[in-house]
Amino acid sequence: MDLEYFVELFLGGLTRGSIYALIALGYTMVYGIIQLINFAHGEIYMIGAFTALIASSVLTMVGLNELSIIVLSSLAAVIYASAYGFTIERLAYRPLRHAPRLSALISAIGMSLFLQNYVLLAQTSDFLPFASLIPHFAFMEPFAHIIGSTEIAILITTIIVMLLLTALIKFTRIGKAMRATAQDREMAMLVGVDVDKIISFTFLIGSATAAIGGVLIASHIGQINFYIGFLAGIKAFVAAVLGGIGSIPGAVLGSFVLGWTESFFTGYVSSDYEDVFAFLFLVLILIFRPAGILGRSETEKV
Amino acid sequence: MVSFHEIKRSFLVSAWFMFLTFPIMVIKVNTVEKVIEWRWERMLFVGLGSFSLSFVWRYLLRKKETGRKKAEPTAAIRMPGIWRRLQEPKFFLSLSLAAAVLVVAFPFTFSIYQTNIMITALIYVVIALGLNIVVGLAGLLDLGYVAFYAVGAYAYALLNHHYGLGFWSVLPVGAALGALFGILLGFPVLRLRGDYLAIVTLGFGEIIRLVLENWNALSFGPSGIANIDRPGFFGIALSLEGATRYMYFLVVGLAVFTVFVVNRLQNSRIGRAWIALREDEIACQAMGIDKARTKLTAFALGATWAGMGGVVFAAKTTFINPASFTIWESIIILCIVVLGGMGSMIGIILAALVLILLPEYLRAFSEYRMCLFGALLVIMMVFRPGGIVPNVRRTYRFKRLDREDKEG
Repeated sequence: MDLEYFVELFLGGLTRGSIYALIALGYTMVYGIIQLINFAHGEIYMIGAFTALIASSVLTMVGLNELSIIVLSSLAAVIYASAYGFTIERLAYRPLRHAPRLSALISAIGMSLFLQNYVLLAQTSDFLPFASLIPHFAFMEPFAHIIGSTEIAILITTIIVMLLLTALIKFTRIGKAMRATAQDREMAMLVGVDVDKIISFTFLIGSATAAIGGVLIASHIGQINFYIGFLAGIKAFVAAVLGGIGSIPGAVLGSFVLGWTESFFTGYVSSDYEDVFAFLFLVLILIFRPAGILGRSETEKV
Repeated sequence: MVSFHEIKRSFLVSAWFMFLTFPIMVIKVNTVEKVIEWRWERMLFVGLGSFSLSFVWRYLLRKKETGRKKAEPTAAIRMPGIWRRLQEPKFFLSLSLAAAVLVVAFPFTFSIYQTNIMITALIYVVIALGLNIVVGLAGLLDLGYVAFYAVGAYAYALLNHHYGLGFWSVLPVGAALGALFGILLGFPVLRLRGDYLAIVTLGFGEIIRLVLENWNALSFGPSGIANIDRPGFFGIALSLEGATRYMYFLVVGLAVFTVFVVNRLQNSRIGRAWIALREDEIACQAMGIDKARTKLTAFALGATWAGMGGVVFAAKTTFINPASFTIWESIIILCIVVLGGMGSMIGIILAALVLILLPEYLRAFSEYRMCLFGALLVIMMVFRPGGIVPNVRRTYRFKRLDREDKEG
């Protein structure tokens, strides 16, 4: 086996995995708290990327320096994606909180379809080139042939975001309230947790991480269009389920496993069937281990 | 009637939406020429639109709330007046007679173009009624339904291309293949609950499409298969007009057959088992219903109609490629079932006609079709989860109670 090729695939899988992880975190948090597959999550990520693209082009033409462009356009992406996440929850999910789960799921699918076509109509159906927002770090120069600055930035950001989120959920007051809501919503209400506020907050955080993912992946790939959210969303969902949906370290672990398997599969077997493989993986996991790697299986009670 | 408080709230909502849609709606960047287009007039539309829509939204939410409070748990669910009136034999007979005359006269009074559109709409009626078995009756959300449609279409296209088999001999084959794939998908997913089931079926649908796209040796890849034979008419060659009319009556026949079968199924033992399964799986098993068999029959029967629909679709368009079988096609069919009312046949037929015909006739609006479908799914779920013609639950009442009702 060619070692260098192997290392290349390994690092490629790592980058892929970190991007999936940023999206999967939002999925897993939302699912953990209201047991809903937020189909529109991939679209939030796409909107984040679009906002960053628009903001950075406007700021470039205004003539700001590089650093402020990166900071401001990432900030815009995060703010807008969170705002969209918040609004979606208010409009499409909150009125259905006591409805059957199927209704909420259909509503989520509708929202996803709507947002995709909203961006398509308001912007364009073409692929837009996305200028990389991440500068080339000088200290990375010696390793440039194995791993680029963008990849390193993605990897580090993912790890930081994961640690921050874990800390948020483990050690803060609001994190405690989130865990309480996830365990038993009614009981949480009884002990004085404002459940509506907590759910909104979860959507805000999940959407913000998706937006960060959007900015990074768009910088990495170099182009975006209105459709990128769907496939990324599905794959991130696969990752979240693989790791055990509802668990934050699980989402990251699942994303890396999916990133590596995809990378090695395309590298050694065939690149035509890359997406088939991802879907097959999803079907097999859900059938054989629906609780995921780190999840615990629950038995349904009457 | 509109209070100051209401106006203030709507004002806030419209300000929020103006902020929300600002980057996507107003700014358009041309990255090649480095020009920015500002489209401020759109912001005005968004502001005004959300201002007025927020009143409607709140009004509808309030109405739903009060409606829920009013409906007592013991009160029998009644059909709205007009539907009850239509069920009376006198009206029902004359109405169905008028419908039959309209259906027969349609291809002779309208152009080929119109007839073709009608054929498409009727194919959707057939497959939506098929999906209704799975989603509406058995309560299994199937997002990969279009895969069975693709199986039927490719079965006819390939058998016709390689072996020259005709429409009539492939129609049962397509149906059987659909059922087979339905069972193949059904077996592994028996244990899965609602939302996981939806995702697995979505994955299954995409796998079928991607395989069709990449397996060039079998399916001719993305370029698809052309020159598929139209259905034969006792070996007589038909003109284009005649062939279209023939196709139309064939699809009408299929639709009538579907309505008949699904209606009979709904009231059969298995149909009631599906409905029971939808309502409560555990209670249903406790009553001695074989969960696995019931779910499998739902998948198989639903897929049978999709397979038949696929054969008809391939014969109608004479050209198919994988692009016709994306996940969004499944979602359009789902949209029809949801809009019509899950489990309600009349509703689904109406919804299929409306959703497929409207965008064809309102060309200016066809661009917004998918956007509206998405919004429609959300709005229906929030305000009217039962659909436009809600399915009436089977209720049994004592005769004496009825008489007291009339007297009182």
